[in-house]
Amino acid sequence: MSERPLSFLDRPNSYIGRSVPRPNARRLLQGRGTYVDDIRLPRLLHAVFLRSPYAHARIAGIDTAAASRLPGVVRVVTAADLAGLYTPWVGTLSHLKGLKSAPQHPLAQGRACWQGEPVAAVVAESRAQAEDAAAQIAVEWQELAPLASAEAALASGAPAIHAALGDNLAFARAVDTGAVDDAFARADAVVAETFTFARHTGVCLEPRSILAEFDRSERRLTLHCSSQVPHMMKEIAARHFALAETDVRVICRDVGGSYGIKIHVYPDEMATIALALLLGRPVKFVADRLESFVSDIHAREHRVAARMAVSKSGEILAIDIDDLTGIGPYSTYPRTSAIEGNQVVNLTGSWYRCANYRARLRVAFQTKPPMSQYRAVGHPIACAVTEGLVDLAARAIAMDPAELRRRNLIADDAYPCTSPAGLIFEKLSHQRALARMLELMDYAGLRREQAALRARGIHRGIGLASFVEITNPGPAFYGVGGAPISAQDGCTLRLEPGGAVTCAISITEQGQGTETMVAQIVASVLGVALERVRVVTGDTERTPYGGGTWASRGAGIGGEAALQAAKALRANILDLAGAMLQAAPADLDIAQGWIVDAVSGARRIGLDEVGRAGYFRGDTLPPGIQPELVATRHHQPRDYPFAFTNGVQASWLELDIETGFVRLLKHWVVEDCGRVVSPLLVDEQIRGGVVQGLGGALFEECLYDGEGQLLNGTLADYLVPMAGEMPDIEVAHVMTPLAGTELGAKGAGEAGTAGAPAAVMNAINDALAPFGATVAEQPFTPARILRALGRT
Amino acid sequence: MRLSEPRLLIDINHVAVLGGIEERGGALRIGALARHSEVGASPLVARLAPLVHQAIPHIAHPAIRNRGTFGGSLAHADPAAELPACAVALDAVLLLASRRGERKVAARDFFRGIYATALAPDEIVTAIEIPPAPAGGRSVFLELARRRGDYAIAGLAAAARPGDLRLVFFGVGDRPIEAKAATAALQREPAAGRVAAAQAALARDLDPPGDLQADGATKLHLARVLLGRAAAALAA
Ligand SMILES: Cc1cc2nc3c(=O)[nH]c(=O)nc-3n(C[C@H](O)[C@H](O)[C@H](O)COP(=O)(O)OP(=O)(O)OC[C@H]3O[C@@H](n4cnc5c(N)ncnc54)[C@H](O)[C@@H]3O)c2cc1C
Repeated sequence: MSERPLSFLDRPNSYIGRSVPRPNARRLLQGRGTYVDDIRLPRLLHAVFLRSPYAHARIAGIDTAAASRLPGVVRVVTAADLAGLYTPWVGTLSHLKGLKSAPQHPLAQGRACWQGEPVAAVVAESRAQAEDAAAQIAVEWQELAPLASAEAALASGAPAIHAALGDNLAFARAVDTGAVDDAFARADAVVAETFTFARHTGVCLEPRSILAEFDRSERRLTLHCSSQVPHMMKEIAARHFALAETDVRVICRDVGGSYGIKIHVYPDEMATIALALLLGRPVKFVADRLESFVSDIHAREHRVAARMAVSKSGEILAIDIDDLTGIGPYSTYPRTSAIEGNQVVNLTGSWYRCANYRARLRVAFQTKPPMSQYRAVGHPIACAVTEGLVDLAARAIAMDPAELRRRNLIADDAYPCTSPAGLIFEKLSHQRALARMLELMDYAGLRREQAALRARGIHRGIGLASFVEITNPGPAFYGVGGAPISAQDGCTLRLEPGGAVTCAISITEQGQGTETMVAQIVASVLGVALERVRVVTGDTERTPYGGGTWASRGAGIGGEAALQAAKALRANILDLAGAMLQAAPADLDIAQGWIVDAVSGARRIGLDEVGRAGYFRGDTLPPGIQPELVATRHHQPRDYPFAFTNGVQASWLELDIETGFVRLLKHWVVEDCGRVVSPLLVDEQIRGGVVQGLGGALFEECLYDGEGQLLNGTLADYLVPMAGEMPDIEVAHVMTPLAGTELGAKGAGEAGTAGAPAAVMNAINDALAPFGATVAEQPFTPARILRALGRT
Repeated sequence: MRLSEPRLLIDINHVAVLGGIEERGGALRIGALARHSEVGASPLVARLAPLVHQAIPHIAHPAIRNRGTFGGSLAHADPAAELPACAVALDAVLLLASRRGERKVAARDFFRGIYATALAPDEIVTAIEIPPAPAGGRSVFLELARRRGDYAIAGLAAAARPGDLRLVFFGVGDRPIEAKAATAALQREPAAGRVAAAQAALARDLDPPGDLQADGATKLHLARVLLGRAAAALAA
């Protein structure tokens, strides 16, 4: 026997740290998934929305008569028809001081503030009939002046989009710590750049979808929706439609991707609920791809003027940033649209030792679709600004950029520590991660190769980007501000009579493998085969209460709840087995579905026998024994507001200086998400995240004209990253388990997206260096690169 | 998407005479219904019209190439599509049919503007005839697209026959455009300054309208880069 008993995590048959096939993959690959659009209910109706074609316009009148007469049409509604069915919502949170927004409604109230805002709804027997009718609705529009850009919206004298709010400044924040001006004054070099980040959006395979079913007899509402946050949706529906909280059930079967798109309250989805209430028949709304482009939340759209002061010896002395971001006409509910800018302020520079930090943030209303949280909220901006400045500084003092990072990254033994903007880091591993990266990519070798190729007119670039990622947020993120968003999650486990385990958990599966990860933990702790664990997610009536899956919190919070629930059930099972075997529970263990002798490992009885005795043969148990073969545990982060992770990414690419085209050759990520439950799932999260980051860096951009009209709202014109352009992405890990939990897992869902754009930007600028050119406007299109090169 | 709402849709998929790829009377005949994937895999096409063979992999992705047809691509006349440019570069002839009978239209007269062709409303494309590549002929197909399979920001279909050179650009105008001034410069100038002269002359051939990917000046620049690369490849 070893001196230290092996923990649940490292026992010989543990699934923790192993890549296993995903139990739900076969079903999904065989096309047997159930997405909202697959759900057909008796008497089902279909909703279609007429959306504003203008960015800003008054609605002088709407004539629905012709539409109402068309075949199959059950009802055509405008704002007035839904009045009284709901209470409006306002996207503010009390801890974001000064954040303001206007009340939002399911349908535009006499005025539309973005191209795509829902104005009227048609409910018909089929989607096609509803679309035919929507085309017949006549709206008398009076165009108003659009305020498409954040700059225009904040210009003095600009009319307020919502008169009651006074102006278009939704939120502002300033941070000024240390002695910033002094540091700039004594610097050997000061570098400055204005970084621009295009508005883009998340493109889910399954668009936003909701099916609302209202049973008038009991006043019970059932929502089938494609959501990351079933319990939040339940609260929202109960709150805004005046229903008892026990009378709302939210069911999310399979969810086809989400990326933060599906954690918000959308007017069209609220309208669909209102229609179900109004009509007493189930109503389904599935956004089509075209309307998704103008109704899903958008993200980014930041312009950051930034400066960095550095000494000759390579000490970063100060960072100063000024971020202006446009969020559309409303702050999104209930998470608000101030978080992304707030994260930029919080995160920028926070992985370096530099204590002199100044940041200004302005968040502006504008007449474009609402902007809000999308994968890696704020991170890619903070990372590109910070890492872009670091590379500029390295160039200014003629120091290798890897070396400048090494000199300034927070030392691995300096934790816990607090960043200038107030982030508390428990334990990170920037130095180890960087060292591992330089070795993994053979940095020195690549530099030699680069020089040799440059001599032959081949221009390759190397870009590095260190980063932190916010994961496992505690209640300080949203809960304290008054949002019905849970920071805790729960897991209930039940031993079935035959020895299998049913696991109901409040975190959700949207394609990333949550159910697999949870099953691995449960199976490991309970000592059963993975196939014996059935995981149930996405149903507010069948799972414990919890936050869902967003902000890279599934494994860190839900995984810990699963671990603790499994420990509790394990103890209950051993209690019962002890009674059956007349043994002390401490002398027993569970392995491969058997109660075994803890020391020798000899098999005593099967779990099926325990289950059978517990459920069917209570008569055989000693008096006073009440089997408890169900256990529930919850977990919420308490010690720290967030569990930060860290890492570094690197990009190696080739620039065609004649065409401005970039070819990504290789991408590396070294990251530290604490305990890795499944290397397969973590690495794929990282890779998928990197791909989304590369999309933002090279391809994705919602192109708007000055009138606030989207110019590329189709998948032919809006370029999502495709496999053909993606490089090999190599992922390696440093493991610093999270303190305060037994599992020690932090999140990994957003790290890839956080750092990829910065790495690519730095690599492009590295390739451009011989030409004295730089780019700082994402996405880095051939046209922008050619302009930087002075070729067009 | 409700971008167009035709009242009548005629399925020509089962009209057998519209299919097939064959050598007929010395020319290559590609039926209007031949799928891109079929054309791309045809040894006959590879031998008689290597330019088309080179172009096919640039058209979208396998799933689309399995469905899209040669005739459909020409009739659709997207100015950034590959096959119309090849048809012009190769002096192809389109066979058109209606109840009034059949007629032949040279590819260079067929394309009239964005999505606009010489087709009468009651007419269909039945096939296309391509004169076979002569011995000693060469062809180069180049295009620049942000993502593999996208329509080109700028593209060039170049076919050289002894004594004759065709440079047909696509994605830089309202239809495939033959760069006559640039071609003349390439053939006239002494070897040393030839390419630069042709690139300069290209401004007389092309006046690209801007699109979502690039403004007109950038497109002209990219077309010049392609011209330089094609000239190098043809000379190699
Ligand atoms: C996602 C996507 C990406 C694509 N990318 C490219 C690309 O990169 N490059 C490229 O060149 N193409 C591309 N295409 C177009 C594709 O290659 C087909 O050529 C095109 O869709 C035409 O399809 P089709 O042959 O089925 O014709 P249809 O779609 O059936 O018809 C297109 C038009 O031509 C008319 N038409 C069709 N056949 C005839 C005929 N025989 N006679 C008269 N009129 C006819 C039809 O009435 C219609 O107006 C893409 C298409 C898609 C969907």
